[in-house]
Amino acid sequence: MMEKKRGRKTMKDFDVDEGWLLHGGRGSSFLCITIFALLVRVMVSLHPYSGAGDAPKFGDYEAQRHWMEITLNIPAREWYHNGTSNDLSYWGLDYPPLTAYQSYVHALFIHYFHPESIALFTSRGHESPFGKLLMRWTVLSSDVLIFFPAVIYFFIAYYASRDKKQQDMAWHLAMILLGPCLILIDHGHFQYNCISLGLTIGAVGAIISKNELIACFLFSLALNHKQMSAYFAPAFFSHLLGKCLRHRNPLLRVLKLGLVVLGTFFLIWWPYLYSIDAVKEVLSRLAPFERGIYEDYVANFWCTTSVLIKWKRLFTTQLLKLFSLSATMLGVLPSMIQQIRAPSDQGFLYALLNSSFSFYLFSFQVHEKSILLPLLPASLLALEEPLLFRWLTYFALLSMFPLLCRDHLILPYVALFFLFVLIYYSPDGRLTVKRENSPVAWKKSVMTLLLLCSLLLHLMYVTLRPPVKYPFLFEAMIMLLSCSQFVILAVYSNMKQWMLLKSSTWMEKEKKVL
Amino acid sequence: MEELAWFAGIATCVKLLLIPSYRSTDFEVHRNWLALTSSLSLSNWYSDETSQWTLDYPPLFAYFEKFLSIFARLVDPKIVNLHQGLNYSADSHLFAVAAPVYFVYLLRHYCRGGFVRSIGRFVMMGMAVGVVFAVAFGPFLYYGQIQQVIHRMFPFGRGLCHAYWAPNFWVFYIILDKGLAFLLAKLGFNIQAPAASFTGGLVGDSSPFAVLPRVTPLATFMLVIVAISPCLFKAWRNPRSGMITRWVAYAYTCGFLFGWHVHEKASLHFVIPLAIVAIQRLEDAKLYFVLSIVSCYSMFPLLFEAKEYPIKVLLLLLHSLLMWSGFTSQFNKNSSSKTKAEPVQRGKSDAKMAKGRKTDEDGGVFVVGWFGTSYLLGLLGIEIWGQFLQPYLLGGEKLPFLPLMLVSIYCGLGMVYSWFWQLRWIIKCS
Repeated sequence: MMEKKRGRKTMKDFDVDEGWLLHGGRGSSFLCITIFALLVRVMVSLHPYSGAGDAPKFGDYEAQRHWMEITLNIPAREWYHNGTSNDLSYWGLDYPPLTAYQSYVHALFIHYFHPESIALFTSRGHESPFGKLLMRWTVLSSDVLIFFPAVIYFFIAYYASRDKKQQDMAWHLAMILLGPCLILIDHGHFQYNCISLGLTIGAVGAIISKNELIACFLFSLALNHKQMSAYFAPAFFSHLLGKCLRHRNPLLRVLKLGLVVLGTFFLIWWPYLYSIDAVKEVLSRLAPFERGIYEDYVANFWCTTSVLIKWKRLFTTQLLKLFSLSATMLGVLPSMIQQIRAPSDQGFLYALLNSSFSFYLFSFQVHEKSILLPLLPASLLALEEPLLFRWLTYFALLSMFPLLCRDHLILPYVALFFLFVLIYYSPDGRLTVKRENSPVAWKKSVMTLLLLCSLLLHLMYVTLRPPVKYPFLFEAMIMLLSCSQFVILAVYSNMKQWMLLKSSTWMEKEKKVL
Repeated sequence: MEELAWFAGIATCVKLLLIPSYRSTDFEVHRNWLALTSSLSLSNWYSDETSQWTLDYPPLFAYFEKFLSIFARLVDPKIVNLHQGLNYSADSHLFAVAAPVYFVYLLRHYCRGGFVRSIGRFVMMGMAVGVVFAVAFGPFLYYGQIQQVIHRMFPFGRGLCHAYWAPNFWVFYIILDKGLAFLLAKLGFNIQAPAASFTGGLVGDSSPFAVLPRVTPLATFMLVIVAISPCLFKAWRNPRSGMITRWVAYAYTCGFLFGWHVHEKASLHFVIPLAIVAIQRLEDAKLYFVLSIVSCYSMFPLLFEAKEYPIKVLLLLLHSLLMWSGFTSQFNKNSSSKTKAEPVQRGKSDAKMAKGRKTDEDGGVFVVGWFGTSYLLGLLGIEIWGQFLQPYLLGGEKLPFLPLMLVSIYCGLGMVYSWFWQLRWIIKCS
């Protein structure tokens, strides 16, 4: 009976113009995309992780494993405290408490099946196929339990008020779920970005569906999972402030939201609230200013300009902190002002992109992987800004190429890159790509040239040996190319956000005239 | 065309991602063959015994391995894993089962009109086949190795069943034997436990069966011939090009069901041709939907590693979903376009139907039906039992082969059903 019903329903929904992949109702095509996204994650997880077999420090995999070992075996008060059983110089916890709780939950899971892989002291540098499998499954389950539902929640909220074609929606879903960068970092390199990014997407969905209190709660959780979520904080703050100001009782509204944020923080930080020193101890772990303004070759402003200006040599850390703070604030300011003046859903998404871009480019101690943060709002905007999203993905991948090379992840890198291009230009989603306002001829040729440069850099990095005098020549070139593109994209998206304001005020004027 | 290339691209990316999981026994087998064909002289290919994975495919496959080994040596040994994807592109003794059908079809198709012309054509055809065989087997004949080659290709020395039981007719035979032995023993008869195992091969003269007569390679061969005969008869009477895929698929099914030492993977040989048939008729599509899931599921025990588990499950899910949406769009489009077009432009819709080679009149929508659905749900039940419930309820050590046996029996039911259905259709269709 049920089968028959379903059959009839699909008959009704049927539209001759749609491709067969999208037939069979919205549910089946979305389910296909979700299952495929999951499959790709599982397949990437077969590949090596960061620092595999690389004693004595290993990599992020060992860091996460070590945190599980620590959180399982010693009391919560001592997680951030240097002691006999917790040597902070060996991968000490440097994320907020929610990450520690997540490690604890995962440690319980792993302890049940394979206790020796997270035993105190003896498991340092533990590597085994079964241990790896269990660790991979903790990331997969986090993705399925947090990131996927969050994306679906966002989708329901985002498309509730929009009238979009099913093809476009399916394409958009595939773009978010199959973004190569996040998959490579989480399931290849080994991290749990899906949790903090998932919580952020959930918060965005809540804002769009006008559940501001839930949004505050979810974003506070995201902040407490990875402090990098603060890249989005200006956007959330300005958007919510702008909305509160339009409220009947602004002060009460601000108070409510503030209480939710404080309450969430209070709950999460509970084990450390017994003394100010304990809180300070945790905070000092979260902000490692002693590491300097940049590390390695990250494609942001400070590192790129250091080719000309030796920031680290010319200025003290104190001064550099001030520089980076003011530069970041200046970069964020325009989009914040726009959101306070005219908060809108679309503008909010652009604000998220702009503030995370500004943080990535100008803030203190940025890591290559932080490009995932601007990528998130860009993927949410993929339907409006297909070209921006494609371009950002290409160069985000390029900027992380040296990192992924070190992890021996070239094969999944290549596979996921082609998968992304194929899905972007999928036969069913072509309507969307057509909307990628086809640029004028000279722009097109410049873009082709840039892509060729990127391809060449990939090849050079893998095959050639850099000159002895400049051992990091290729890294520097990759950084220069990526950074230039990020700056252009950041300027463009800022302009777009302000154009929204103009068009909306223009429309308001029109309405008044009518 | 563009869509096809797109899917091929996606599939290539998926295969690229799967490279780390290729280190299976089959990988080891192929690596050994590569080493064998590249390092030994041709006369020794079929007599080398250094590894347990001796070469047991026909010469064309050996040449193919030789061809690959040239590249392998040129580039890097690691690149060679890529050829796993080509695993099926070149194995040819399994094709021997389908050969009679091709033969009769070609014979009748070419040899119509004029006795002299037909003789001429027959000779031409025979020569073409002969040349291929001569090129393939010639060098071995020259070195006096032909006995060795044939011995290796048809492994009658091995047991009736492969190490994992393929879900075919013999599973039921074995189960019947076990059941009878149990019953008779209960009734007081003195039943001796068989000394040989089903997979181990013909050890001396002892039979692996306790009650039922022993199965010999010749018996399986005869059974296959008998099972194929209706199809051969039809092909002789009326060689229609539209039916050739169906006949070939049927012949493979017979070989799979009744053959000696059949491997689970062999079910691909008839599932793939049936896919071509399936898009033409709704009834076939319904059958194919269930059959391809069963065939895929029956291969689950081959990928037994924990890290492969989510992959195979997700792949099967994705496959069924894509199949379902593909068939619904294919057939519901046909039926809806028919109903839409009928009042106004009947001629056009007829042309469309003819173009789609859609011969059935029912024009129904694609639904799996309660029978198929409940059968597939049973599959799910067996998987849950084998993977989760049995280890939990009985512990890891008790009855280790029960899950595999359940899979074989349950999938065997589906295979036999499919065979029966194909046979009925072949007899019905004139």
